[in-house]
Amino acid sequence: MSRLTAVIRNRLRWTVFSALLLLAGSAWTIASRVPAAATTGGLIPSPRQGFLAPDFTLDQLDGEPITFSDLRGKAVVLNLWASWCPPCQAEMPALQAAYQQDGGRGLVVLAVNTTFQDREADAAAFVENHGLTFPVALDRDGSTSRRYLLRALPSTFFIDPDGVITRVVIGGPMSEATIRSAVAELLDRMP
Amino acid sequence: MMPIVNIGPLAIQVPGLFLLAGVWAVVTQAERESRRLRLNAAVVSNMLLIGLVAGVLGARLAYALRYLDVYLDAPLGLLSLNPTTLSVPGGAVTGVLAAATYGRRRGLPLWSTLDALTPGLAALAIAVGFAHLASGDAFGMPSDVPWAVELWGEARHPSQIYELLFGGLILFAVLELRGRLPASGGLFLLWVGMSALSRLFLEAFRGDSLIVLGSLRSAQLVSLGLLALVLTGLHLRVVSANREGSDHA
Repeated sequence: MSRLTAVIRNRLRWTVFSALLLLAGSAWTIASRVPAAATTGGLIPSPRQGFLAPDFTLDQLDGEPITFSDLRGKAVVLNLWASWCPPCQAEMPALQAAYQQDGGRGLVVLAVNTTFQDREADAAAFVENHGLTFPVALDRDGSTSRRYLLRALPSTFFIDPDGVITRVVIGGPMSEATIRSAVAELLDRMP
Repeated sequence: MMPIVNIGPLAIQVPGLFLLAGVWAVVTQAERESRRLRLNAAVVSNMLLIGLVAGVLGARLAYALRYLDVYLDAPLGLLSLNPTTLSVPGGAVTGVLAAATYGRRRGLPLWSTLDALTPGLAALAIAVGFAHLASGDAFGMPSDVPWAVELWGEARHPSQIYELLFGGLILFAVLELRGRLPASGGLFLLWVGMSALSRLFLEAFRGDSLIVLGSLRSAQLVSLGLLALVLTGLHLRVVSANREGSDHA
């Protein structure tokens, strides 16, 4: 019989060992306690789930500027796209349908065109051809795409009324069910 | 951190690749260990396959049940490849239940089967650590230790590296201890105990802990409870094995 087995089998020794281990574990748990706010990523701007969505200001297609933080209090679907990207084209009708269905309940779809790798005229034609009615912003210098660590198109961020990212979908196209269920989760968080 | 690698038009999710490698490790190690423990390796492999398939289906169905009206309107969404529309707890419960039901029907002994799965599970824990390293998940608390890493705008404990180091130590211990415990199930319980102890210790360095009761980290409380169960279970398994040995003598 190995020494380890002998220790485990001996009730007294094993009880003492277990009690000491659990006491040490409890002490460590208490020693490492922290205020709830110390561990949340919700206050740090970063493009990942559980973090605050990074702020930006961009011109829209109509020339009007839009500032992301002005949308606080609303459920936001932030979609980074390009007119030449087939999955972006495929998922736009579902995004438009979600906007039409839930726009009145506080949903905003904000489509950020990655204009630094697209053409403004192509983006405008795309919006017109697809009958998109939600705001479309132009990331001409790529700064917003860099801030959101864009690695694949489309990339979609679902953001709650507090500005915290609840879900990130890299790539696409997203199914209608994916968009609607993620939006339902956001709308549940509306005050 | 490297969550995505672009190969031509494809955006490959690196954490997913590590998790797949971990699943492969579980399956291959389970076959090897099954033969060593004189279990039917083919039945163990089938059990894992059934558990995996049922787990994925269960994860999608559990998610769809949460948004039933959406999926009734758009049922093709059930076939989506999007991993964000999977319910991890739903998948875990379904997968374990399906595997356990199949294993029981095919006469696999519970504790020996768990022992056969243990080296693979210990390897899977390392794969999860690499997945965390690639994605930036399970990140550390802000810190000024000399080995802190810059992540999410602050210098932080490299908690994913800690996770990998402890995972490596646990795998080494599992490989060293296999075959040395007389009780079936002993290796599995030891692995669970070591993993709980590791999480209990390392959670203190995590920056993404779920806080309960004002200031306590929930993962540490769960680990403490698990540790208490494992310590009791391990003693009972060894005493029971010893008694059976005496009865046979």
